[in-house]
Amino acid sequence: MNQQTGMTLIVKTVTDFVVGFIVLFGAYIVLYGHITPGGGFAGGVIIACAFILLMLAHGRDVAYSKLGERTASVLDSSGALAFLVIAWAGVAGGYFFLNILPKGTPFRLLSSGTILANNIAIGLKVSSSLFLVFAALAVFRKRSFRAFLEDDLS
Amino acid sequence: MGDIAPQLYTLLAFMVIGSIVAIETRNLLSAVISVSAVGFASSVAFLFLGAPDIAITQLVVEVLVLIILIRGTILLDNTAIETHRDTLAVVSSLIFFGLLLGFGAMIFGSRGFPAFGEPVMRVSNVYVQTGLPATFAANIVASIILDFRGYDTLGEATVLFVSILGALTLLRRDGRVRKGEVAAA
Repeated sequence: MNQQTGMTLIVKTVTDFVVGFIVLFGAYIVLYGHITPGGGFAGGVIIACAFILLMLAHGRDVAYSKLGERTASVLDSSGALAFLVIAWAGVAGGYFFLNILPKGTPFRLLSSGTILANNIAIGLKVSSSLFLVFAALAVFRKRSFRAFLEDDLS
Repeated sequence: MGDIAPQLYTLLAFMVIGSIVAIETRNLLSAVISVSAVGFASSVAFLFLGAPDIAITQLVVEVLVLIILIRGTILLDNTAIETHRDTLAVVSSLIFFGLLLGFGAMIFGSRGFPAFGEPVMRVSNVYVQTGLPATFAANIVASIILDFRGYDTLGEATVLFVSILGALTLLRRDGRVRKGEVAAA
């Protein structure tokens, strides 16, 4: 591992311990969104925070090796598409956004039909897209604006 | 509602003071941190009001925004705000808020607001009563945002998707080049 990028060794070690648990907690919040408080959006932001922690502690290359820019982009689009497909699948039973899946028993994990599937789709979409936002805002801009102007206008 | 009123008013006073500090301070980093303090206080306020879903979402989004804003602030060379306030902007915003309050008093003054914590439950009553039997989701918020009000959530997801598409396209380092066109160095 390259010691030149990112923060100190202490931060890197603690990050390695913690990142897995943060992703696990985010997945729990997404999957149990129809039973306990939380849901696709909150859990997705928690998963995105785990990858952002990785990027801040280890630098850009380690985070991109776990979740590449292109992979995140594909996950973002497929999450949005899955949400739309679930919504359109309701048309088969009658109308848009109809809950067509079997509903199961309340208070169980596999219950409430399409709500669980929608939560997973939104969690996928939000986690990858917020990671991309952070990458775009904090990492893409390597050169300062003045250097950009001097380079491109001269 | 009476038993949590002191805590709620304390939080609201803290949020107002934090907002004023965020506007009046001359250092960009202090302004960012005061804005985040206001956000965390509103998350605690949602917990007092009995809305844990909103509190969780507010908390995690606040953490993310704080990281992004601090990261953006320390990349700047000079974080002190040196420009003076535009008098015209202050006057026009004061006039705007005066008009807003005046019209609000005109509209709501005759009918009166519903009491705090006792909303008019016309549509929401149906959601609350048929939420569990119709969707089998134990969390009433999930059953509303993903079943009864699925259109709203689809709109939100579309807004997020399009804005991130735009941000990535504008902020990427190397743009795409058409065939036969020479890339700028």
